[in-house]
Order: sequence, then structure tokens, then C-alpha cells
Amino acid sequence: MDVIYNLIQITLGSMTILLVVALGGLLSERSGVTNIALEGIMIFGAFLGIWAIQGFEVYPYSPMTKFAILIVTFSIGLIVGYFILQLIRKFLLKKEEPMKIKDLFLKESSKFNLLFILGVALIIGLILFFILSANPMSVSLVLLMGLAVAGVTGGLYAMVHGYAAIHLKSNQIISATALNLFAPALAIFTRRVITQGGQQIKFDSNFIIQKVPLLGDIPVIGDLFFKRVYLSFYVGLVILLIVAFVVKKTKFGLRLRACGENPHAADSLGINIYKLRFKAVALSGVLAGMGGVMFVTTFSNEFNVTVAGFGFLAIAVLIFGNWRPSRILLAALFFGFMRTIASSYSSIGFLRDLALPGQIYDMIPYVATLVVLMFASKNSRAPKALGQVYDQGKR
Amino acid sequence: MKNMLNKFIIAIKPSLIAVAFGLFVGLIIMLAFNPMEAFPALITLLLGGFNGGLQGIGNTLYMAAPIILSGLAVAFAFKTGLFNIGASGQMMVGAYVAVHIGVLWNVTGLLHWIVALLLGGLAGLIWGLIPGLLKAFRNVNEVIASIMMNYIASFLLIMLINQNVIQELRAEARIVQRSAVLPSLSFLFPGSTINIGIVLTIIIVILVHILIHKTTLGFQLRASGFSMDGSKYAGMNTKRNIVVAMALSGLFAGLGGAIMFLTFGKALPADGVIFAEGFDGISVALLGLGEPIGALFAGLFLSNIRMGGYYLQSFVFVPQIVDMIVAIIIYMTAISITVQALFKRYGEQIKAWKINRKKKGDEA
Repeated sequence: MDVIYNLIQITLGSMTILLVVALGGLLSERSGVTNIALEGIMIFGAFLGIWAIQGFEVYPYSPMTKFAILIVTFSIGLIVGYFILQLIRKFLLKKEEPMKIKDLFLKESSKFNLLFILGVALIIGLILFFILSANPMSVSLVLLMGLAVAGVTGGLYAMVHGYAAIHLKSNQIISATALNLFAPALAIFTRRVITQGGQQIKFDSNFIIQKVPLLGDIPVIGDLFFKRVYLSFYVGLVILLIVAFVVKKTKFGLRLRACGENPHAADSLGINIYKLRFKAVALSGVLAGMGGVMFVTTFSNEFNVTVAGFGFLAIAVLIFGNWRPSRILLAALFFGFMRTIASSYSSIGFLRDLALPGQIYDMIPYVATLVVLMFASKNSRAPKALGQVYDQGKR
Repeated sequence: MKNMLNKFIIAIKPSLIAVAFGLFVGLIIMLAFNPMEAFPALITLLLGGFNGGLQGIGNTLYMAAPIILSGLAVAFAFKTGLFNIGASGQMMVGAYVAVHIGVLWNVTGLLHWIVALLLGGLAGLIWGLIPGLLKAFRNVNEVIASIMMNYIASFLLIMLINQNVIQELRAEARIVQRSAVLPSLSFLFPGSTINIGIVLTIIIVILVHILIHKTTLGFQLRASGFSMDGSKYAGMNTKRNIVVAMALSGLFAGLGGAIMFLTFGKALPADGVIFAEGFDGISVALLGLGEPIGALFAGLFLSNIRMGGYYLQSFVFVPQIVDMIVAIIIYMTAISITVQALFKRYGEQIKAWKINRKKKGDEA
């Protein structure tokens, strides 16, 4: 019985990574931009994220670590500031009588709005920074901070792809390939030149939660989902809920889908396609970067400039999941299971007795991907404008 | 004649800009890490094989052959509108089959290396055929399919080497027999490992150029590349074209892999690392503007700076700087069309502004 629980836990670990990265791919592809760069973004996110985690483990923090904390808190501030601004605008829209402040806030793309967000971000960022850097962080917080660093890096890195693919009208696959090549090279180069030694980044924390209080006591379910699970599992579920909600229920999601199906029609209704796609690609980078850190923290205790093709597997998950969040969850579970068989066949009795070479099992996830794609691709409902460069002049 | 030269310069301009920009960013990265050594390191990189005299040049040419062939493979698939990112996997199976035959088979005389080379190419063809078939008949994205084939090839390689041709106490294959080694050309470049691989490569490049530009098949492949629907409407068998393009693309990559390891004293490692030469092929094809002849020159350039990467050992930098430069070059080629248009537009604006200023000056 323990073996089965163990296998399920490993499966959930792989599933989380694939799920998060595939959801990133979903955001980008639903807006009409293919993102083969997920693999490279994962490596880049994992590189800086794990480096940051290594820093967070040592207290008192070095200046570089403090800088990383500041970046994270400032980013959190930006997000909070954005939402506060939206709330204020909503509130002001309801008011009938004219006010001076109303003009300030409601004018589209005014400098005041930008300043407002930056100001809020600065205040919140500094407050959070002093709270966080005053004490050593708990293990869970270290992981969350690492994820945040990876998210910021991944987002920025994906913008490079987005800028080329959306604004400069490049071939989306080629610019993404360049990103895939650049990330591992930069990681190895930076580490080797700075440390004049190996390229690995080790960390000591163990991010497995032994038991969630109360919920862990439920029979079966408690054993499955609330004992010895990775923290990233819960983060992944939260991300799934958020992405599913955003894509299906919000204005942004509706526009995103329209943009991927028929950008010209969406543009004629006043949506800025370039801006929207750029946002979508950046968000997909955020999720992919987080996925990179999740990969390293789940499977090993050091970053060794690889994510074992999970970025590409995630794209297969996305295609198999038919570009829908709920189906992606199932697809990720399937691929996670395949991957688990590959990595831990020696603990499964009858597979060990077959005495096949281990590489056969290593191949399973990739062969399964091909077989699954063979059946899933014929009837796939890819976004109609996927991979096409949007040119406003063609309308 | 002058017209042709002009055309040629216009054609290669984006590649030259991309290369220059890539080197420039590489220099900036090196300056950021170590300002003292950046410039000498860049010069070492650019000199590449020439650092080592005749021997270095010979080794550069030896290294160029597989890179050019994988670039040719990618460029060939590009012509049909397909992106063969699986050249690495095709090279790996090609290399394995060639090594397998070179180590285990007993064929007499000249035939041995020819058989090994051809069957290596055939293995690559089969490896490229699979994504081609999947794309043509099941609409599977060829990029994902060939990436998966890369991973499968890397695990297959470990397994087969372990089962058949493993060298005792080492994670690599045994070296091939003397009769399976490609004839050496080291009398031209003393001390280097150069063999007739580069000559074969040049011949293949010329043959492919003729195939693409002078035959019916080549025309059909290019037509499918321009417009899948259009060529279908014109009565061409687009599905067959996709399969043929991917299979031939795999053949070239497989030959490249075979050439790489039918060399004296070079052992095929069983570490599961996917061949970097296959990804170099992408940059070579892009830099060479998707043309076979272009791939030849781009491949020579790339293997030269890769060679330069090995000579970097006397500096603090590591050869990965070459990968970064290559990545930036690829990025620049991807955006070159728009960037050129921008240059042109700003150029015209500046011109118009100058004329305006002159006019105003005249009036005043």
C-alpha cells in the first residue's frame, strides 16, 4: 500500500509541473502565439529562482539576496497597485456627479495611473521588504519566494519572445528556439565564470510537507493529498483555479480567446491585439518560470541546467488537453503517471521482474506523447489564429 | 554581373547584420563579466581554427561537415515549410548505426566505410520519416514530434550501446575498425583529423541545390512550402511532399551523424546527451537563408567560432559564450525582416528631415 501511495505522490509532483507550465502555454496559445520557448523559460526561471532559494537559506542575507527580495516585493506591490486602481475606477464610474479626481483616474493610459501604481508598489514593496528581510524565512516561504523570483524572471524573459513574435512579426518558432538555446548557455556561462567551478546550484531545504493538520487525518484522501505532499502541488491547484476562472469568466479571458480565434474581428471591436498578446505571453512566461523552480525542487536538490524536456512535454499536454484548463489537468495527470513509471519502475514489482533495460522506461513518456498526439491531433481544436503573425494592415 | 553581385549583397545583408549584432552582444556580455579579457577573447573566437594554423583549419573543416549537413537537413525541410528540430535525433541514430557497423561487421576493403555511411544515413531517414508520416497523415505538429524523437533517440542510444558495442569500464562505444574509418585528408593539413567527410558534404550540398532548384520534385517541395493549400489545388500530392521532405531531411542529418563518428579514435559516448550539432543545424540553416549553398558557408563560419570556443580555455570564459552568440544570431535573423524595414523607414525619415532642414535653411 505504501508503494502505491508513494507512486501517487510522485505522480502528483510531476503532474503539478506539467500542469502549471501547460497552463502558461494555454494563456499564450489561446491568444494566438505559439510558445515553444517554454523549455528555455523554465530553465531560466529555475536558474535564478534556485539561486535565490540558495540565498534565502542563509541568514543574514547578502546584498544580492536582499535585492532579490526587493524585486519580489516590488512586483507584488505592482500587482496590488493595479487591482487597487481597478477598484477605484469601478467605484468612481458609479458616481454620477463630475469630480476633478474622476478625470484623473478614468482617462485611458494617462501618466497619472502609471504613477499611482508605481507609488503603491513602492510603498507596499518597501513595507514587505522590511518585514521579510528582518527575520529568517520559514521553509514554505523560501519556496514561495523562489517561485516568485522565477515568475518575475520567466515573465521578463518571455517578453523577449513576445516582442519579437508580436511587434517585430518574426517567425514564432524561430525566435522561441533562440530563447531555448540562450537560457542554458547563459546559466552555464554565468555560473562557471563567477564560481570558476561547476555549474550546479545546490540547496538544502526539503519542500515536502509531512502532514497538513486536520485534513491529513482523513482516511485515504488524507493519505493521498495531505501527507508527504509537495507544497508546489497546492500552488499548482491554486494556479489552475485562477487560470480557469480568468480564461472562462473574466473580460480579459473573453478577449484573450477572441484574439486567438479571430484577431481581426477582435481588433475591429476596439481590442488592442498587440497589447493583449504581449500580456498573455508575459503571463505564460511567469507560469513557465515557476514551473522551472517546481521541477528542480520536486526532483532533485540541485539545479543542473536542465528540466528534462518538461517544457516540451507541457506543450504536448496542452495539445492533448485541447487547450482547455480542465482537460489539461487530466492530460497532465496522465503524463505525470507515465513519467512516474519511467522514474520508479524498480519499485514496482512486476515491472522489475521483466528485467528490461531502464532506458525502455525512460522512453515511455516520449513514446506515449507521440501516440497520444497521433490520436489527439486529428480532431484538435487549436485556436484558429495560432502561430499567425497579426498584421493590422491585412484586415 | 554587377546586378548579380548587388542581388547577392542584398540577399546576405540580414545574415551579416545578425552575425555582427550577435558578436556585439557577446562582447557586451563578456565585458560585463571581465572587461580585461573581453576583447582578446572575441578576437580568439573570430579567428577560430586559424589560431592553430594548418592543423586548426583542418580540424575546423572536419568539425564543419556534420554541422553543414544538419544545417542542410533543416534548410531542406524549411523549403517545404517544415521545421525539422529533430536533426539531433536523426544524427544520433545515424551515428549509432554507422558505429555499430564499423565495430561489429566485417566487410572487406573500401566497402566497409561506404556501407556504414549509407546505412547510417538510412537510419536517419527512418528517424525523419516518422514525424513526416505523423504530420502528413495525423496532423501532428512536426516540431513536437521531432523533439520527442530526439529524446527517444538519446535513450535508445544508451541502450543499444550498452547492449552491443560497449567498451569495458567506460560509458562509450568501442572505436570503429580501421577499414570503416573515412579516408583521411591529413596530408593536406598535417596533424589534423580532417577526412573526406567535408568533400562528401560539399558534393551533397551541390546535389541538393540542383534537386531543389532544377527538378520537378524540388519545385513541388518548394510549392508546398509556399502554400500547402495552393499546391494541393494545383494537383500536387502535398502529403507525399511532406513525407519526402522530412525523410530526405533525416537522411542528410543521418549522414552527418555517421561522418562525425567514422573517424579514427573518436568514440560515441553513451551519456544520453543530445547532439549539439543538430541544434547548430537550425542556426546554420537560418543564417544560410534556407539555401543549401548558404548553409555551406554558414556552417563553415559556425564551426570556426565553435573552434574558437575551444581556444578560449586560456581565458576566464567558457565555450558556452558561443551558444549565446548563436542564440542571439538566430533571434536577429528571426526579426531581421522587420528590423530592416524599420531601418529603411527611419533612414527615409532622416533623409526627409535633412531635406526639410536644408529647405528651411535656404529660405532663411
